[in-house]
Amino acid sequence: MKLYSQIFIFLLMFIFAGCDEDVSTDTVDYYDDLQTKLILASSGETVMLPKGFIALNRSLWIDGLSNVTVQGHGIDQTILSFKDQIEGSEGLKIINSKNIILKDFTIEDSKGDLIKVENTSGIDFVNLKAQWTGKPKKTNGAYGLYPVNCENVLIDRCIAIGASDAGIYVGQSKMITVRNSEAYYNVAGIEIENSYYADVYNNYSHDNAGGILVFDLPDLVVKSGKSVRVYDNVVVDNNFKNFAPSGNVVASVPSGTGIMVLATSDVEIYQNKIYNNKTANTCIVSYHILEEPITDKEYYPYPTSIYIHDNIYKRKRMLPSLSFKQPIGFLLAMNYFNDVPDIVIDGIIDNKIEDKSSNNPHQICIENNSGASFLNLDAANDFENMTTDLGHYNCSLPVINHTVYP
Amino acid sequence: MSRLLLLVGICFSLSFSFQIKKNLSEYSIFSGDPKELIASDGFIHYDLITPLFTDYAFKHRLVYIPEQSKIEYKERDVFEFPEGSMIVKTFYYPHDFENINQGVDLVETRLLVHETSGWKAYPYIWNDEDTDAVLSVAGGIRPVSWKDKKGDHAIDYIVPNMNQCKGCHVKDGKFVPIGPTARQLNKDLDYHDGIYNQLDKWYDLGLLDNLPDIIPKIADWDDPASGSLNKRARAWLDINCAHCHNTQGPAKTSGLFLDYYQEDPKALGIYKTPIAAGRGSGEFEYDIVPGDPDHSILVYRFNSTDPGVMMPELGRTMVHQEGLQLIRDWIYSLR
Repeated sequence: MKLYSQIFIFLLMFIFAGCDEDVSTDTVDYYDDLQTKLILASSGETVMLPKGFIALNRSLWIDGLSNVTVQGHGIDQTILSFKDQIEGSEGLKIINSKNIILKDFTIEDSKGDLIKVENTSGIDFVNLKAQWTGKPKKTNGAYGLYPVNCENVLIDRCIAIGASDAGIYVGQSKMITVRNSEAYYNVAGIEIENSYYADVYNNYSHDNAGGILVFDLPDLVVKSGKSVRVYDNVVVDNNFKNFAPSGNVVASVPSGTGIMVLATSDVEIYQNKIYNNKTANTCIVSYHILEEPITDKEYYPYPTSIYIHDNIYKRKRMLPSLSFKQPIGFLLAMNYFNDVPDIVIDGIIDNKIEDKSSNNPHQICIENNSGASFLNLDAANDFENMTTDLGHYNCSLPVINHTVYP
Repeated sequence: MSRLLLLVGICFSLSFSFQIKKNLSEYSIFSGDPKELIASDGFIHYDLITPLFTDYAFKHRLVYIPEQSKIEYKERDVFEFPEGSMIVKTFYYPHDFENINQGVDLVETRLLVHETSGWKAYPYIWNDEDTDAVLSVAGGIRPVSWKDKKGDHAIDYIVPNMNQCKGCHVKDGKFVPIGPTARQLNKDLDYHDGIYNQLDKWYDLGLLDNLPDIIPKIADWDDPASGSLNKRARAWLDINCAHCHNTQGPAKTSGLFLDYYQEDPKALGIYKTPIAAGRGSGEFEYDIVPGDPDHSILVYRFNSTDPGVMMPELGRTMVHQEGLQLIRDWIYSLR
């Protein structure tokens, strides 16, 4: 035992010695040190990142750790830069771990995603900035903060900039909180995809092509995402061009989209400020709008139980996005020129629903919003019976009651 | 500083049943000059029919099984190795691929050790003189050069870090070897005492618990006599992609499953849209467009060396031109 306690003390001394080190210029060997620390970190440990600009040319990996914190000296005080990356698709990759906290640093310019976390229970992103520097472009990586196949996800006080897909993207996960964060110059600001039990609140998503997306896609291991609350967010001016590489689903989101729900069930959108997103301040659509064939038999492509209430809508007069990649803007412009409705639904209904008497079979309820105009595209019938009459969609649903984080 | 940390790591490892050493030589895996790649007693040489591509590196594989224990035969999955087993994989480059007698350059040796707590990977990087290799948990970069019929080549070979090893070698959250499956081992090998089928030899040596009459055999990606174009392409995808792209692997979130036994065309990528490919899509709509390799994302990603685009995402800095051609031919044939 004595030997081990001595080794332990030696390790502690060593870690403390490492804490004071300020690496700012000599970054050549920094990768080895940092990666080694991240391999050897033991439960309860905090791995401190030094102050300054740290150039790393390979991915950092965390695997199989429990109860470890990786902490910098603050946003823009500790900067992990992967500008000259030669290996690895991510900046930081975390797999098969438990209760990991990442806090107080900037991470930027990786070739692929910035921070990807997979198969991990308990992952906190706190006070991080994830960005691609320079002009937003399609050669930027796809996702800034990217937990996938995780449980108990917290994203708090983070900033995401320049992602060619989503700045903050939570996929195929459960028990999710995204709050107090800011996303801009991404194709999608915040995206929740194929996930269960998510709260997205008090975020500021602006100047993306799409502000907040809640998607459910076929052919995935985790699907039929549901129970998502989007509230108290400010979703404004998401009129940035869609610079996503085509082929990705997000490339079909028109610039000027505020909040978009695609094929997800049990979504409640309330108390948000949704201003000046030029194509659709809010839209609710089925997967069929993408005109992709569906072979996944377990997949349900229709958004169901969607409750949009108590939001504040505003919209300046401006043309919707006019792009052949997302031609919906032309249709809107032809009919409404520069005064397109705030809340747009595609009106595509599952023909298999037995109860033909219901006029709102998918339970989409839009109620008590301030300044919100409405449009049902009737997309299933070649837009023949488009209507701005809210009609049966003016209704209530029970509010979502779930607890997502201790 | 990293060396010190390394030492700490080694000290800590004393608590494992396996004694991890700083220098590879301490295990006495090789007898004589390591460049000769002659195994010490107890280590059995083996080979795979269709190996993973790693920047054209040659690979020398050894397996060690503790006495009195046996490997459990599996028809499809990787064999179940007993605790205490060790797999030793050495990556090396002959100076001249056409004439291996001109000598070799050893680059890295990876130990996969089946400890009480599961498999662990330990990367060792050879020194410039190839006299010994040192444990390098953070991986490293080592320049290598060689000559083949296409000309002279020089690259910075990248040794993955310990965690990256696990990035591929994981199934259902557990570390597992990738290569030693029945279908990959079912081939002849030249042993000192003659040429034998590897599985027969393992059985004869008492290493395998069971050997059924009918054993699957994967096609050799590089040998048209070994199987149809479809079989060879599927063999290449199986070993290069399916360690991640299977329903229990790290890439299960992509919905693209490229394992040898996969039968769902969509899961294989045919007219499948990407999920989180980002710029890896190359602006293309589908993973595979039958008959049209130039518009298939698979081809685009195999043909890239950009870390944010290329697949596999680790373990290579070069394009496997011959493998790429095979996949192109295969996709073309699907029309």
